Amino acid sequence: MHEIFVLAEHRQGELRDVNFEMLTLAGSLDSKVTAVLLGSGMDDFAAKLAPFTDRVIVVDDPMFENFNAIDYQAALKALIEADKPHLVIIPNTGQGADILASLALEMGASFTSDIIGLAIEGDKPVATRAFYGGKINGRIEFKDADLYMVGLREGAIPAGEGTKSGEIQKVDNPVAATATNRKFLSYEQPAIGDVDITQSAMLVSVGRGIREDKNLPMMEELAKLIGADVSGSRAVVDAGWLPTDRQVGISGKTVKPKLYLALGISGAFQHVTGMKGSDVIVAINKDPDAPIFQYADFGIVDDLLKVVPALIDKIKEMKG
Amino acid sequence: MNIAVCVKQVPDTSDPDTEVHIDSSGKGVDQSKFSFVINDADNFAVEEAILLKEKHGGEVTVVNVGSEAANQVIRMALAKGGDSAIRLDDEKFAGSDPVALARILQAGIKDVACDIVMAGCLASDDGYGSVGVALAALMGIPHAAYVKTVEVLSDNKLKIGRELEGGLLEMDEIETPCVLTIQTGGNEPRYASFKGIREASKKEIKVMDLAATGLSEDQVGEAGSVAVMVQYSVPEVGELAEILEGDPGETAGKLAGILKEKGLV
Repeated sequence: MHEIFVLAEHRQGELRDVNFEMLTLAGSLDSKVTAVLLGSGMDDFAAKLAPFTDRVIVVDDPMFENFNAIDYQAALKALIEADKPHLVIIPNTGQGADILASLALEMGASFTSDIIGLAIEGDKPVATRAFYGGKINGRIEFKDADLYMVGLREGAIPAGEGTKSGEIQKVDNPVAATATNRKFLSYEQPAIGDVDITQSAMLVSVGRGIREDKNLPMMEELAKLIGADVSGSRAVVDAGWLPTDRQVGISGKTVKPKLYLALGISGAFQHVTGMKGSDVIVAINKDPDAPIFQYADFGIVDDLLKVVPALIDKIKEMKG
Repeated sequence: MNIAVCVKQVPDTSDPDTEVHIDSSGKGVDQSKFSFVINDADNFAVEEAILLKEKHGGEVTVVNVGSEAANQVIRMALAKGGDSAIRLDDEKFAGSDPVALARILQAGIKDVACDIVMAGCLASDDGYGSVGVALAALMGIPHAAYVKTVEVLSDNKLKIGRELEGGLLEMDEIETPCVLTIQTGGNEPRYASFKGIREASKKEIKVMDLAATGLSEDQVGEAGSVAVMVQYSVPEVGELAEILEGDPGETAGKLAGILKEKGLV
């Protein structure tokens, strides 16, 4: 039976949800599942991972209190060489994507990143990835290798229940000294502005489809009319049309308002991950194939610059 | 600070009119109706490189793997402040995965003395987000991915901020030479000036084919790749929204009614 390593991710004392998604995927592949946990003071995390695994390898050392790509890579290299897993699953996150390609190249592994599905065919993994913003999928086949590595997209695989009782194995830190050419310094929390959109009952959320920032006041008028706050997609925040603290999505906030009105938002997974838990989702978008319509309860396929003024009028009428 | 910045030309999929259709081979998409732009994250990488050059001196080399059509995005980066450019162009490069691409880029900049190699953290078309990190591994230098802020601490040391989930910044110190993959949103990409555009037309774009890179055929393209996309498919679509039909007045009226019925207005 093959063994799969799953690299556990944590930061600021929090074990991240993606761990259970990776372990659920690994558990579906008829292999021995080993979580690899690097950190400092890891007993609690190891116990939380164990039910999803056949074993948890723990390197408990102050060196790994915070993430450092070079130290992580050195430790993983040693652990992989010692136990020779067939497949290593790494989260496709800010941490995981910082080591996947470099570790794979050092190990001579065949790898791919940001997968949304994985199967074993014959003796080899076959991966599914999204292309062109999720409009199409692609099947990825690997060149023959002794080791395969993948980065799993967060939220792509629903986490199952942990029904196993993996053995927790503490091993000595295989890394002699911390890296000198890259050092972790600190975390900087994003600034919090006047509105905390995670607490908003209703959100009018704007995307690149509003086309120009001069159209923003119209969206703000709608929001004010219905008592909503204004949030937006990464593209709108990157363009400087909204402050960073209004960004919804993986790199912004996760929101669950009663109403999420998505205006000109295509629905890339990075955005959808942050809003799919909203009670009622309404999307207005020109593109009938926009992924946002797969998550919305109600949709209007049209130019939002025509629909929004009409909506403002109708709501004003209703309110009398 | 000499900087090489890698740019990719991609279809403008942010345009809602851009439809993606799989072609008859199943391995490509119909590109006939695409308009092409610089990859969004690469645009921020170019800006970051030029900002550092303006503050600390040095030269910016723009590097691209692409056909002559990519000259458009290369010229724009030169017009904004890039000094020279290298375009790696050979039909054998087609089908390269991030490892093969990194190998081609490495060969392309082998004679360029640079303190920092920058690339966008992610391409909007294939979204691998691996090329920069793979390039660092091949070059044997440190790297940092998803970088949103760059500050020069000394001749060979940078302080960088990597953007993690939730917008948290991980501040690190990194030695040069290094590779940084640049996230969007950390700066405000400028528009090229007319003067810049005029000057860019005179700047050299060095074109290198496979032979010029010194690589062999089996190091590039699918042969040089560790993972190959073999078949595109249309994703299974979940349950779609209830689409409200009619002209804007009608759809707005229906939506207002639904919001009222649900007690949301």
